[in-house]
Amino acid sequence: MKRLAPVDAVIVGGGWNGLLMASELTRRTGLSVVVLERGEARKTQDYAAGMDELDYGIRLRMMQAIRDETVTLRHQTRERALPIRQYGSFLPGSGVGGAGEHWSGISYRYQPRDFRLLSHLCEKYGARSLPPDHALADWPVTYDELEPYYDRTEKMMGVSGKAGNLRGKRIEGGNIFEGPRSAEYPTPPMKSPYLAALFGEAARKLGYHPYPLPAATTSVDYTNPDGVSRAGCSFCGYCERFGCMIGAKSQPTNTLMPLLRGKKKFELRAGAWVRRIIAKDGQAQGVNYVDSKGEEVFQPATMVFLASWTLNNTRLLLLSQIGEPYDPASGKGVVGRGLTHQVSTAAATAFFDKPLNRFMGAGSAGTAIGDFDGDAFDHAEANFLGGGTLYTVCYGFRPMANFGVVPASVRSRWGREWKKSALEFYDRTGRISFYGEHLAYRQNYMDLDPTYKDHLGDPLLRLTLDWQDNERRMASFMSGKAVEIARAMGAQEITRFPGLGRYDTTRYQSTHLQGGAIMGANETESVVNWYLQHWRVPNLFVLGASAFPQNPSGNPTLTAVALTYRTADAVIDRYLKHPGTLV
Amino acid sequence: MRRRHFLTLSASTVGGLLVYSLDRTPSRVHAQEGTLRVPLKFFTEEQALDVAAAAARIFPSDESGPGATEAGVVIYIDRQLAGPYGKDRYRYTQPPFEKGLPEQGYQDAANPRDIYREGLKPLAGFHRREAAEQDKILTGIESTVFFTLLRTHTIEGMFCDPMHGGNRDMIGWQLIGFPGPRMSYLEEVDQYHGRAFRPKPVSLAEVVGHRVRPSEEEE
Repeated sequence: MKRLAPVDAVIVGGGWNGLLMASELTRRTGLSVVVLERGEARKTQDYAAGMDELDYGIRLRMMQAIRDETVTLRHQTRERALPIRQYGSFLPGSGVGGAGEHWSGISYRYQPRDFRLLSHLCEKYGARSLPPDHALADWPVTYDELEPYYDRTEKMMGVSGKAGNLRGKRIEGGNIFEGPRSAEYPTPPMKSPYLAALFGEAARKLGYHPYPLPAATTSVDYTNPDGVSRAGCSFCGYCERFGCMIGAKSQPTNTLMPLLRGKKKFELRAGAWVRRIIAKDGQAQGVNYVDSKGEEVFQPATMVFLASWTLNNTRLLLLSQIGEPYDPASGKGVVGRGLTHQVSTAAATAFFDKPLNRFMGAGSAGTAIGDFDGDAFDHAEANFLGGGTLYTVCYGFRPMANFGVVPASVRSRWGREWKKSALEFYDRTGRISFYGEHLAYRQNYMDLDPTYKDHLGDPLLRLTLDWQDNERRMASFMSGKAVEIARAMGAQEITRFPGLGRYDTTRYQSTHLQGGAIMGANETESVVNWYLQHWRVPNLFVLGASAFPQNPSGNPTLTAVALTYRTADAVIDRYLKHPGTLV
Repeated sequence: MRRRHFLTLSASTVGGLLVYSLDRTPSRVHAQEGTLRVPLKFFTEEQALDVAAAAARIFPSDESGPGATEAGVVIYIDRQLAGPYGKDRYRYTQPPFEKGLPEQGYQDAANPRDIYREGLKPLAGFHRREAAEQDKILTGIESTVFFTLLRTHTIEGMFCDPMHGGNRDMIGWQLIGFPGPRMSYLEEVDQYHGRAFRPKPVSLAEVVGHRVRPSEEEE
């Protein structure tokens, strides 16, 4: 194995968290920084030629090569896990920028209650109301502690939106259920496509509090505090699953790479497939990887930052045998614990009599209500804990994936009658979507698969994951609310979400997976402390949503990036002066 | 080396036909006149005729507008099967192949090429049958993996960018009022509320000003 010259920091993964850490270290210290990204290099200019639904939307050019590596899934420990052989329920990104290139840009802050969920639910409903198999935990960081970092992240990305709670003052038109913000969004809300406007009017009529989705797809030309300028969104409709051809959608390549490119002490190595983190006597020594030419390389480093997305972070810790793997039978061990996804459904599909022009849009151009999020509503009529957001997003309706949806009254799925109805409703079909919180359970976790391997022969990650009644009841309840809203929007026919059933790898839900390397108050229950520093290997930091003890309904990117800013401050201001544990 | 196969298609069937796009305003769908002789990359001519006939029952050409025949859906499918998709480049194909639950997704070893080859065997001569008989045969295989793929590919071939071989003359996009990859709707997005906005479709090559290499031409 080739041994390279040591560097101060090696960062595994060139997505939002890895490149943000790289840019903070590079700009604020004199450290040498290497980012290892297993996908390819990219830039904004590449993306115009990528406005092709087949190659990007369906063949998924921006995703990890599933041919080389996937995960296996089973619902329960007594079942045999099988590989997810083709992408379905989530879409892990690859290449410089990671999933931060193809994301939608919906950028929620979590509610203050989400950071102390276990305490909150016990106080409000009593410990007995919790599912007996839950694995809920309070986060070891509060909303108030994270607020300045949320603000910094929103300003860095140029998030569009309207505040609903400015320093405790409720503001109509924003999300009045959000936690107090220290500042308004840096850019005004996006324009409202027709379906989003219809949703907003109907929700208001029903007494709810609609607000524009917070969007990292910035609404106007914007220069962020780092001096990086980006254009406003033009609603081309090639957004999620695509890279933004004008750089309006905030992506690591257009927001962070301009700060890093050409910096002497920074190096980005694309095509570098990290296989192990090497640790000895409580210290990370560096990482082993296979470079773009297929050569095995050891990169020694003084600090290691693992920022390779939830699933791969967990897998690398397991492969590297750092920390004790979680065992659901005994409840002991930590690595792999607390796997959560997100309850993400098409709550209601509504058929209208007017054209919607749904090809115009952006991944985060939409309207939402927070009236059923968390504990914003009375749970007396709800037989579940928690909640989430009902929304409509006009992401840009593309025909290969979306043609063919017809009202339930049309029985056939091919032929003359189906074709006629599918043509008629192609641009008259709108969806009210829901995403809700996914509680952590003892039995949902990750470990290494005993059978299936990646292209290099390393074991795949195995997910043991299923929905429980809390999520099923929540999805069904929210579908009922969505149908009421669709009716108020003037829909002629409405199809309800059929129900969650068992965890289904074939239905796209979201790429929002959390857990596996969770943060917590102590090393018996968590992998990292509240600076995302490994409890036992203090020069190893594990960044990203792998640290979330459970999914708090909203999309995780903004919170993950805010936590990375916080880690960067702790590392630069304190750790570098006194290397060792930060807590 | 496989023998060269060609498919001869009539392209004139839709010239001058009026269709009603989704704004309910009649518009003229344009397709070129004459016949096309297309070299096949995966199918034999006989297989291509059967696939074309089946796609034409799934997405027929009728009073609601042109269908799979005019869009050249079979050409799209032929190229996809000949390329990396047909060889399962976009799937994890390591053994063992075990029978799974529906929620674990497709688990068989057969790649799309295998599925078509096997699926077409009992359909031999399909294109020579009457429409009613064809519908009956397709109804009989509705729940197979092959039919599911064929239906998906028919829709894809109707509405893909023309560089992939289907959606000829953007006939599918004209049919549904989809304008293709345009750079901006900044002025229209909040103005066309409740009324149709139907700009003339453009292809990717027209928008970016050069040919783009499609995924089916990759190794």
